Amino acid sequence: MQNDTPQPPLEPDGAQTLLSVRGLIKQYPIRRGWFPRTVATVHAVDGVDFDLHRGETLGLVGESGCGKTTVGRQIVGLETPTAGEILYHGQPLPERLRGGERGDRTRLQMVFQDTFASLNPRKRIGDILGDPLLYHRLATRKTVWPEVHRLLDLVGLPANAAQRYPHEFSGGQRQRVGLARALSLKPDLIVCDEPVSALDVSIQAQILNLIRDLQHELQLTYLFIGHGLAAVHYVSDRIAVMYLGKIVEIAPSSDLFFAPQHPYTQALCDAAPVPDPEERKRDRIVLSGEIPSNLQPPAGCRFHTRCPYATELCKTVEPALIAHVPEDPGHMTACHHAQRWITKKGALQA
Amino acid sequence: MQHLLSVENISVAFDGGTGESVPVDDVSFHVDAGETLCIVGESGCGKSVTVLSVMGLLGKGGHVTAGRALFEGRDLLAMTDAELDNVRGNRLTMIFQDALSSLNPVLTIGSQVTESILAHMPVSRAEAEIRAEKLLTRVGLPDAQRVMRKYPHTLSGGMRQRVMIALALCCSPRLLIADEPTTALDVTIQAQIMRLLKELQQEYHMALVLITHDMGLVAEMADRVLVMYAGQVVEEADVHTLFRSPAHPYTRALLQSVPSIHDTQDRRLASIRGTVPELYQSIEGCRFFNRCEMARPECAQQPQTLEPAPGGSSARCWVVTQVPEMILEAAPHAE
Repeated sequence: MQNDTPQPPLEPDGAQTLLSVRGLIKQYPIRRGWFPRTVATVHAVDGVDFDLHRGETLGLVGESGCGKTTVGRQIVGLETPTAGEILYHGQPLPERLRGGERGDRTRLQMVFQDTFASLNPRKRIGDILGDPLLYHRLATRKTVWPEVHRLLDLVGLPANAAQRYPHEFSGGQRQRVGLARALSLKPDLIVCDEPVSALDVSIQAQILNLIRDLQHELQLTYLFIGHGLAAVHYVSDRIAVMYLGKIVEIAPSSDLFFAPQHPYTQALCDAAPVPDPEERKRDRIVLSGEIPSNLQPPAGCRFHTRCPYATELCKTVEPALIAHVPEDPGHMTACHHAQRWITKKGALQA
Repeated sequence: MQHLLSVENISVAFDGGTGESVPVDDVSFHVDAGETLCIVGESGCGKSVTVLSVMGLLGKGGHVTAGRALFEGRDLLAMTDAELDNVRGNRLTMIFQDALSSLNPVLTIGSQVTESILAHMPVSRAEAEIRAEKLLTRVGLPDAQRVMRKYPHTLSGGMRQRVMIALALCCSPRLLIADEPTTALDVTIQAQIMRLLKELQQEYHMALVLITHDMGLVAEMADRVLVMYAGQVVEEADVHTLFRSPAHPYTRALLQSVPSIHDTQDRRLASIRGTVPELYQSIEGCRFFNRCEMARPECAQQPQTLEPAPGGSSARCWVVTQVPEMILEAAPHAE
C-alpha cells in the first residue's frame, strides 16, 4: 500500500490493536400508546466487528441511515450498545464515568459534522479548549493558557482566537477548533464524524490535509466516518462499507476502489461523480430503488432488494463477512457471489 | 442565433443593516436550447442569487440594480407579475435543494401536481389528474396512484426531489433551473436523479441550468461551465476545455483540491489558503487576490475583466490572459 505512515507490524496476538469492536448491536425501540409498549425496533447497528490498529485510519462509508454514525458514537460512549463489546487495549471500557475517575474514556475523542451545534456559542474558544484540561486536572489555571495556544497553533489558528466566540469563525475555522478540542486531552483515537461534509470544497482540502498532518505528528488513530467516498479514500488506510447496519466489505482503501468485491461497493464507486468529463461514457451500475427501512431489514442478504445480481440464495441466507482470496486476508466481503467479482475484475485487469 | 436565456450584466443588491451588499456583480451568461450550463462555485459566491434574480424570486430586501434577462427574447426583469406567472412554472421552471420546504406540507402530492397543471393548461381536472399520474410515473415513482394520495413528509428525500421534477415538468418547460438538486441526497440517489434529469432533458429537448459546488457533477453533466467567485463570473468555458486547461487560478485550485477515488494516496490535495473575503464588493482589484498563488502587486489595484484565455476559455485574470510567460504556463495540458 502506498501509505506514508509506517504500518506497525501486526503481531499474531494483536498487540498493536488499539480498539476492537465485537458483535456491536444498537437497537432503538419505538414506543407508542397510552401505556407505552414497543411497537417496532429500529435496527441501527446490527452486528459490527472490526479492529483498529494503532496509527491507522479506518474509513467507514455508507448512505445515510446505514448506522455508521451510531457506531462512532458508541465507541466514544455517547450511546450505550444494546449488545456487543468495545475493547480498548483488550479491556472493556467502563460504561459510565464517575467524578474524579476519567480513565480511558478521555483517550477516545470525537469531531462532529455540525461545527456550529458542537461548540458552545456562549464560551470563548479559549474556554472550549481549556475547560477539558482543567476538568481532567491536566492543567492548572496558570498553565492552561500556554496549552490552549499550543493547541490553536497545532490546528493553524492564531493565538488571539482564544478570546473570540464560535460565531466569529467560518465553518472551516470552527472545524479546526473542533479538532483542537478533540486533541486537548491527548487522545489515542479520534472518531471523525463527517468532519468535512458541511464545508466548501476549497476548505475541505485544508481540513483533510490538516487531519492527515496531525496523524503523522501525533501518531493518532482515526475512525473516519463519511459518505463522500473520495474524501474517505484520501485519508483512510482501510475502509469499511456499511449497508443497513452491517459491514458488507472491508479492505485496504486502494483495493476497495480498484477491485471492489461487493456489488454495493461497486455501485457506490460508480455513483461517485468523477471530476473528468472524458470519463462520462464509462459503464456504470446505477442502483434502482432506495435503502430499505431498518425497522424490518430484508431477510437474507440485506442488499438483495437493490442488487442487480441477486439470486434465490441471497433472499434467504445471510452471507458472512469473510475473506474470499486466501492471499488477501485483509479484504473481507459479505456476498455469496463475491468469487464472481474477483474473477471478473481479475479478467478486466489482465 | 437568439439564445434561449440571455442574462446581460446583471447586478443584485441586498439592503442590510450596515448598508447595501452586492452579492452578484455584473454577471452575464446565456443558455441555448437543449444544452446544459453548470454554474459552479462555493457557498456565498452568488450562484443561487443570480438565478433567483432571473426568476424574480429574490424576496424582500433584494433587488436587481442593473442588467437584463432575456428569455425567448423577452426581458423577465421588466415583466409584470401576471406576465411572469405565465412564464414561470410553465416555460421556465426551477427546482431547489430542499424539496421538503418547496412542497406544501398540508396538501397531497396529487393535488399539488394537479393544481400546477390546471394553473397553466386549459384542461379539465380529470385530465389534469391523469397527466399528473403519468408524470409521476415518468419520474420514476413506483405506484404513482398511491403516491398522489400521500403527503410530502411521508416520502424520502429522493422521492420528494422526483416529485419536484414532476412539478417542474408539468408544462414541458424549455428551461429547467436546478439549484443544487442532489446536495442533500445520498450518492446512489444522486446518480439516479442525475440520470433522470439527463433522460428528461433529451425527451423534452429542454435546456438545463445546474447549480452545484461539486466538480464531479459538473464533469458528468455540463456542456458549458460558469465558475463564480465572490459575486463574479471568473471563468467561462466548455466543459472539456475547463477540465483540460483551466485558466483562472481559482478554477485550477478548485480542480486540484477535489479528491478522487482514482487517486493514489500519496497525492496531496492542493488547498486554497484563506477564505472568501467578506464585503467583497468594496475590493478594487481582483477579488481572489488574497488567496491566489499567482498574485502580483498590480492585481490588488486593477479591476479584472473577462478576457479570452489561451486555453480556449474566458477568464477574469489579467495575468493568465495577458502576461506572455504565464500564458504558456496557463495551459499546462494543452498540446
